[in-house]
Amino acid sequence: MSDTKELTAAQRADLRSIAAMIIPESSEYKVPGADDPAVQADILATLGRDTALVAQALDHLARLAGKPLAELDEARRDAVAKEFRASGGAAASTLIRVVLQCYYRDDRVLRSLGLELRAPFPKGHVLPEGDWSLLDPVKARGGTLRGASR
Amino acid sequence: MKNDPVDVLIIGAGASGAAVAWSLADTRMHILCLDQGGWMNPAEYPSTGRDWEAKFYGDWSTSPNIRRRPEDYPVNDDNSPIKVVNFNGVGGSTVMYTAHWPRLHPSDFKVKTLDGVADDWPIDYDALTPFFEENDRMMGVSGLSGDPLSPLSHPPMPPQPLGLSGPLVGKAMNKLGWHWWPSDTTVATTDYEGRARCINLGHCTPACAQGAKASTDITYWPHAIRAGVELKTHCRVREILTNEQGMASGVVYYDKDGVEQFQPAEVVIIACNGVGTPRLLLNSVSGKFPNGLANSSGLVGKNLMFHPYAQVYGFVKEPTDSNRAPPTCLWSKEFYDTDLSRGFVRGYGIQFGRGAGPVFEAVSSEQKGILPWGADHHRVFRKLNGHRLAVSAICEDLPEEHNRVTLDPVLKDSHGIPAPRIDYTISANSRKMMDHALARGREVLEVAGATDICINDPIPWGGWHLLGTARMGTDPSRSVVNEWGRSHDVKNLFIVDGSIFVTSGGVNPTSTIQALALYIADQMKQRLANLFD
Repeated sequence: MSDTKELTAAQRADLRSIAAMIIPESSEYKVPGADDPAVQADILATLGRDTALVAQALDHLARLAGKPLAELDEARRDAVAKEFRASGGAAASTLIRVVLQCYYRDDRVLRSLGLELRAPFPKGHVLPEGDWSLLDPVKARGGTLRGASR
Repeated sequence: MKNDPVDVLIIGAGASGAAVAWSLADTRMHILCLDQGGWMNPAEYPSTGRDWEAKFYGDWSTSPNIRRRPEDYPVNDDNSPIKVVNFNGVGGSTVMYTAHWPRLHPSDFKVKTLDGVADDWPIDYDALTPFFEENDRMMGVSGLSGDPLSPLSHPPMPPQPLGLSGPLVGKAMNKLGWHWWPSDTTVATTDYEGRARCINLGHCTPACAQGAKASTDITYWPHAIRAGVELKTHCRVREILTNEQGMASGVVYYDKDGVEQFQPAEVVIIACNGVGTPRLLLNSVSGKFPNGLANSSGLVGKNLMFHPYAQVYGFVKEPTDSNRAPPTCLWSKEFYDTDLSRGFVRGYGIQFGRGAGPVFEAVSSEQKGILPWGADHHRVFRKLNGHRLAVSAICEDLPEEHNRVTLDPVLKDSHGIPAPRIDYTISANSRKMMDHALARGREVLEVAGATDICINDPIPWGGWHLLGTARMGTDPSRSVVNEWGRSHDVKNLFIVDGSIFVTSGGVNPTSTIQALALYIADQMKQRLANLFD
């Protein structure tokens, strides 16, 4: 297992490549891919306790690819990615999770989703009261709480 | 180092430790509580930052093995399909819980009598009724009185709004003719006793920055401390010592600087939960108690009950509350009571989930294989995100001695104290119950129009409820404590947490744990003159 505290240049390059395969750029939704420099910078800056597992996942990916992921043809790259997801275990899951958790807090992505660019606190959210008459059939049906004796 | 003796020493400042401390404070005895963690700082809670969801996978994970804060101890739960989750610090796991607040039912205390399985409790629901009420006032409960299939409660605050998700569930349940009701929760829906009302931060489980969710650091503890109870933080108890008479003489603990201390006490109360309590008792070995303290029955650590959670979730076309509301809002007791035609004994409660935030949705959906990589990712994510509804069945686990907490021969915490090891399997009865719940959950979601239905069977990091490992009873050969929480073996040793549960019911247990703690405190106060007889 990799015990590095930061990723090598080769690992960072493969991280960019696999991130783009997970979430590519979309002109339709006007969002960057997960290989976007700002998303990648966020990932690297916040890896923290996940660094070792992500490095382990990237080592596994490098073994499967045999060379930098970006240098593979598309069909081979897809096959390697599929194998990586299937065989990468907890390390691969961690890598994917850190990509997703940084991508889905990027301002451009949140805007595209119609979400506000802020922490939940202190503004919070407004919750509609909902239709309480839906409870009427339950009240009408009633029921009996089971007692403590036979 | 030896400290001045105290009258009462409480180990653990969580749900039950706080309640018992507050109740005993009016005796004017010198009461000291030791907790291995510290006071929480709400300004640091996840919902105060843009990275609020990411923190759930690290510093604010529910799993102590992932979280690994200095106050956490490791748990070897490799041999269990359900992993232990908890929180260590002032407030304990009430800092990190969903605040869902059902009570055990009257029938839950008479399982042997009614259904011929497990054992009856040595007390009944009626004995706890005034303490349920008192606890609801202290914790601050919101809800709607009058549920025909739940014990009568009188929540001092109105229920949470149904929001967007509640009506979707309610309509589906009505079509099926199944019971549902707004949940009692400890989320304040109005300003209450110095707590601000809920503003729907959404990310309630890993602590509430608003202070709307009740945790004992902001409910019981301020009252207890004002009444004279002393609370020392970052003090981890290693073992309970006994004297020549076989009475507890005090505890050995490591203080915040790691210095070993001895704290003498006339009475010791353990409030460390269903894993921490047996761990402490099993670590308290002496010549007189070679198999651990209070363990003449051999049952310390045995009969661990978790509540296996069977969860089904899916995605509807309508928007749901997502991360814009407390996570739970409704419960159902439709399948709570025994119906042998279902193929199992006892039953389960259901709690409905309002939805999830975008990061959680992306991570969990990718793991389930319903959120693809590549060009279609964006379209599918927009279909899923903000459209989730969840049905979680809290299945009643019956006590089985092979489900147990022991001491791990290798694993130790940061002070070198042996860590707990969990050996647990889901029983055949629980398995059938979970299958039934998964089928019913799928049914209600399909009626609600949900697609892409997924299951968590069980929820793997779902070991919130740690019960049964120091059970109460009148027979010293079949129980660890008596009907008012006192050890059969050690007359000045009491246990007040979930480990004393005889059976688990099919509901979240914290309300009942705290009612029990208040009941035991009341029993102690009534018997002060002859507490050790």
